[in-house]
Amino acid sequence: MINLTIDNKPIQVPEGTTILKAARMNGIDIPTLCHFELDGMNFENKPGGCRVCVVEVKGRRNLAPACATDVMEGMEVLTHSARVINARKTVVELILSDHPNDCLQCEKNGDCELQSLTKRLGIKEIPFKGETSTYRKDSTLSVYRDMDKCVMCRRCETMCNKFQTVGALSGVNRGFQAVVAPAFEQNLGDSSCINCGQCVQVCPVGALTLVDNIADVMAAIADPTKKVVVQTAPAVRVALGEEFGMKPGEIVTGKMAAALRRLGFDQVYDTDWSADLTIMEEGTELLGRLKKALAGEEVKLPMFTSCCPAWVAFYEKNFPDLLEYPSTAKSPQGMFGAVAKNYLAPKLGVKREDLVVVSIMPFLAKKSERAREELSVNGDADVNFTLSTRELAHMIRQCNLDLNDMPEEDFDSPLGQSTGAAVIFGATGGVMEAALRTAYEVHTGKKLPRIDFEETRGFQGIKEATIDFDGFPLKIAVAYSLGNARKLMEQVREGNPNGYHFIEVMACPGGCIGGAGQPYHHGNSDIIRKRMEATYREDAGKPIRKSHENPEIIAIYKEYYGEPCGHLSHEQLHTHYFDRSDKVEATK
Amino acid sequence: MANIKLSEDKINVIKEIAKSFGNKPGEVINVLHQVQGKFGYLPAEVQEVVAHELNIPVSRVYGIVSFYSFFTMEPKGEHPIDVCLGTACYVRGAEKVLDAFARELNVQIGKCTADGKFSLNTLRCVGACGLAPVAMIGDKVYGRLTPDQIPGIIAEYK
Repeated sequence: MINLTIDNKPIQVPEGTTILKAARMNGIDIPTLCHFELDGMNFENKPGGCRVCVVEVKGRRNLAPACATDVMEGMEVLTHSARVINARKTVVELILSDHPNDCLQCEKNGDCELQSLTKRLGIKEIPFKGETSTYRKDSTLSVYRDMDKCVMCRRCETMCNKFQTVGALSGVNRGFQAVVAPAFEQNLGDSSCINCGQCVQVCPVGALTLVDNIADVMAAIADPTKKVVVQTAPAVRVALGEEFGMKPGEIVTGKMAAALRRLGFDQVYDTDWSADLTIMEEGTELLGRLKKALAGEEVKLPMFTSCCPAWVAFYEKNFPDLLEYPSTAKSPQGMFGAVAKNYLAPKLGVKREDLVVVSIMPFLAKKSERAREELSVNGDADVNFTLSTRELAHMIRQCNLDLNDMPEEDFDSPLGQSTGAAVIFGATGGVMEAALRTAYEVHTGKKLPRIDFEETRGFQGIKEATIDFDGFPLKIAVAYSLGNARKLMEQVREGNPNGYHFIEVMACPGGCIGGAGQPYHHGNSDIIRKRMEATYREDAGKPIRKSHENPEIIAIYKEYYGEPCGHLSHEQLHTHYFDRSDKVEATK
Repeated sequence: MANIKLSEDKINVIKEIAKSFGNKPGEVINVLHQVQGKFGYLPAEVQEVVAHELNIPVSRVYGIVSFYSFFTMEPKGEHPIDVCLGTACYVRGAEKVLDAFARELNVQIGKCTADGKFSLNTLRCVGACGLAPVAMIGDKVYGRLTPDQIPGIIAEYK
């Protein structure tokens, strides 16, 4: 243990602790800008570049960056001496001197770390005037880039390269021309980007933001010739409340349904319903593959989940040789869209093209998934617009509503009822657990001795377990972050030495609850933890907790689809994947 | 995502160089150095193949190429001209010499002439400050240059 004082307070911390961590462990807050950490999720960005966290260390000539300086025995640290405050202000003033002054119209207004730092330091004017850097704007279907606002913290780059191993972004050029950009400064959409949007979630300023589709949805609602229905993903209900001052982990399912109705949606449905449908299709597909494998037939195992669109884009770009391994089941968003346009539209008495399907999703990749050509019929997409959790909050505020004042209401039927199995889709391990609950009972014909699969829960990056399927040892793995998924994919490429049968992957930290479309967590991983706890609380409180026992699911198979993985469901609820990898072609 | 097209010979050259460094990601600068030595410059396709051989994202390779002034994505001419802009040369009029080269060849600094014969670049100090201002054409050093000498020097190479 190391003894030191911070602001004259004697403290003791383990060796190898940074001054910043030592201070925070002892309730002393040092402001930061570039530094970003997701505690317990193996993500840390500390380039020591912005110098906002500088502190005075007695006996040291220059000021020390607290995020990148380890504590030493007998150190005397001052975090708010006149010298420190002066330097810190100058640092922020210099950053502001090359930053657009358009806070009022900025997407991040009120949620910007540079803005709050400016306020905290009491900066009233920018004494430095000079040339400002400009760069062309660029957008994918999910992510909007305005590098004029970039403060070069490199959080996006670390997220893209270390956490996701996507490698789309890198610092390029040098000096005043330096910018974070894809290779050859091509458009992000032409790079290896898979639209997970985690760069947006960690960006401290408005340099990386989401593509806003609120106006499109408002226009559809205002169009008298259209019927507009909405679906809401599992992870939205455990995070939306944060935008309205509620504590992280508050469950707002009923209030959200009420707010959506007041916004003018004709029918308010639940993606949880189609999550149950996904389990029926994916679980049946898994059992089918296992049966074939046991009969000695050639079959692709392990099967991978396919609900996460960033993950789908990732393996299409990086593992084109393994395209037959993922489940062919569409994601819950995709399934809902297909059911809405094929089954629901005639029921509601409207033509497919007059039914507008809107989805509320916790991630930005869903905006890109929605636009996949194979998820549309004659140019009419199954899901017409996708809004993130944050956009829904904006829309609610725009319409003078407050979620706190909403009554508790139910979803509409028949695509509204769901089980606890669907709720947990939002957390890492949840899809696996939901699938196990159904697959076990369908396979063995027996009641599960225990519904909760603790081994699939929690924040470990990769979880492995062997589940006793009535004598058959089912080997599973669960991963979040595409870096962890890559490790598993490489194992599969090498012949699956661990003998996995089923692998779940979610791209975002902790699963969809940590999605890029969720309220900004600003690196506070406790918020993601609270959302996860809420997810399992909601599951435990549900009267039905297994997808195959959902009465509305049983009904739609009876009335429409016949059986899981049957002919009609193959046509509407399953999809296929494409090789989208870079190829080197040798010419003469 | 795109298909990257490059001649088989060039791909093999890159493969060979990457292999000589054990295909290690940490050797990327050395690999780029040698590849540029062979081809004279590092076009996008070449960077893609380097990234592929070292199993690193091409964005990282481009990050390095665009950071270090030593690396270039522009082809060099048959006769690469480098005008020294180091302190000694600069104060003795190197800028005027550089302008004279640009005017005479009708080429921008950092670019190559349309016929591929000359490329014009600047560098910092070749260690011949006593001869300032200095320029190099290929391996040959020209000292005590004045702008009016430039057309004659270019003529030697035409």
